[in-house]
Amino acid sequence: MDIVGTINTAARKVPTWTIYIVGAGWLVYLFYLAAFTRAFGPEPINALEREYGEIGLQLLVVGLLITPLRETFGISLIKFRRAIGVMTFFFILAHFLVFAILDVQSLERVWTEVVKRPYLTVGMISFVALIPLAITSNNYSVRKMGAIAWRRLHWLTYPAAILGALHYVWLAKGFQIEPLVYLAVLIGLVAYRYRPKNRSKNRAMSRA
Amino acid sequence: AGLGAIAAAGLAEAQEDLQPNSLEDITSYNNFYEFGTGKSDPAANAHKLEIEPWSVKVDGLVDNPGDYSSADLLDGLTVEERIYRFRCVEAWAMVVPWNGIELADILNKVGIQSEAKYVAFETVVQPENMIGVQRRVLDFPYVEGLRIDEAMHPLTIMATGIYGEPIAKQNGAPMRLVVPWKYGFKSIKSIVRISLTDYEPPTSWNKANAREYGFYSNVNPNVDHPRWSQSSHRVIGGGLFASREPTLMFNGYEAEVASLYDGMDLSEFY
Repeated sequence: MDIVGTINTAARKVPTWTIYIVGAGWLVYLFYLAAFTRAFGPEPINALEREYGEIGLQLLVVGLLITPLRETFGISLIKFRRAIGVMTFFFILAHFLVFAILDVQSLERVWTEVVKRPYLTVGMISFVALIPLAITSNNYSVRKMGAIAWRRLHWLTYPAAILGALHYVWLAKGFQIEPLVYLAVLIGLVAYRYRPKNRSKNRAMSRA
Repeated sequence: AGLGAIAAAGLAEAQEDLQPNSLEDITSYNNFYEFGTGKSDPAANAHKLEIEPWSVKVDGLVDNPGDYSSADLLDGLTVEERIYRFRCVEAWAMVVPWNGIELADILNKVGIQSEAKYVAFETVVQPENMIGVQRRVLDFPYVEGLRIDEAMHPLTIMATGIYGEPIAKQNGAPMRLVVPWKYGFKSIKSIVRISLTDYEPPTSWNKANAREYGFYSNVNPNVDHPRWSQSSHRVIGGGLFASREPTLMFNGYEAEVASLYDGMDLSEFY
């Protein structure tokens, strides 16, 4: 359990705002690469759109991993979870904005496409589900709403994660492994929350 | 010859205002699922493709069936430059200056029997050199087909070069089909077999998803792909702030090819 101790000690030393700085810097840097370099190849619109979307899915995985990591291995990264959640929202927002403004290039067509294409409808529902979560990701909202109502609202993370992965699976041409891996992992992480559990045994294990 | 002359004259006019993409664009943004599904995967992985020696099996309803070396198959035929629009079914497009031979010349050389109604093509499979084949992204070998009149149309070429250079492996070396009025996946790459048949041959994307990919797959802004609109496309090489372009009927070759489909409902035969 040496490793766990080391991770927990390191995590205590890193302030949570580093997540925001690194996340926002990364988001802007990717935009810079797409706009002013050839890093994303000769068609950067779709490439950037996909990159933001995929990072959004990766951040969902990371955010949903925090609880099982604590319960299973005693690794405590809980203080970063809100920042990771907020960055997830911003990457998905960037994904949507690249899609709407740089790819489709017409808000009217964005609407008709989202209504007409099921994979876009599903992606859009996932994005919209994240909006109230982003808005209430502050101490004021937790206090104002009360912990139970806040937690109930943030349950929306689970459908948002699964619908986001489904959006990716649905988009793929041919038999592609990667989107299916995201879907399987995210379903697994959500299913973990609903596993049959013996609470006293779990507590004993995490203390050990 | 009459039709060829008319089409060629129209073509010369059409070529005037097309600005080809750079060789770098053309060789770095590809769909060649045998080498991976990412757009840059073929450029990264296709160097493993072995193209020498290259043999093409010609069989079915032909007078001179056999295994032809690429040199023998194309020997004595005229290579022309054709600057064509290239429109992918994924709603992106580029302009490519191909060097190639009219497919009709090749088919006439091997001798088409009168019962032949379709031409089937097959892409090489080199599992040890092709990461996408190992991953079974599609049911390989990749197969495609054309109706005989489409195959004999003067716009249809067997391309062997781009910008006067031998065609790059990621673009389908040593020879690939180019059918400019159809979605790009019809223009099958790295061909090792040409069969003349009296039945409509199976085609890879149709086998993978018949609802989304038909046998004809003519570029048509009025018939959407079930998952996205085909009315406009992204332009390769325009950068992050490039405007979409409207997609043209038959990819801009309507005058030359529309008559091939007279009386056909193009939303049924998509």
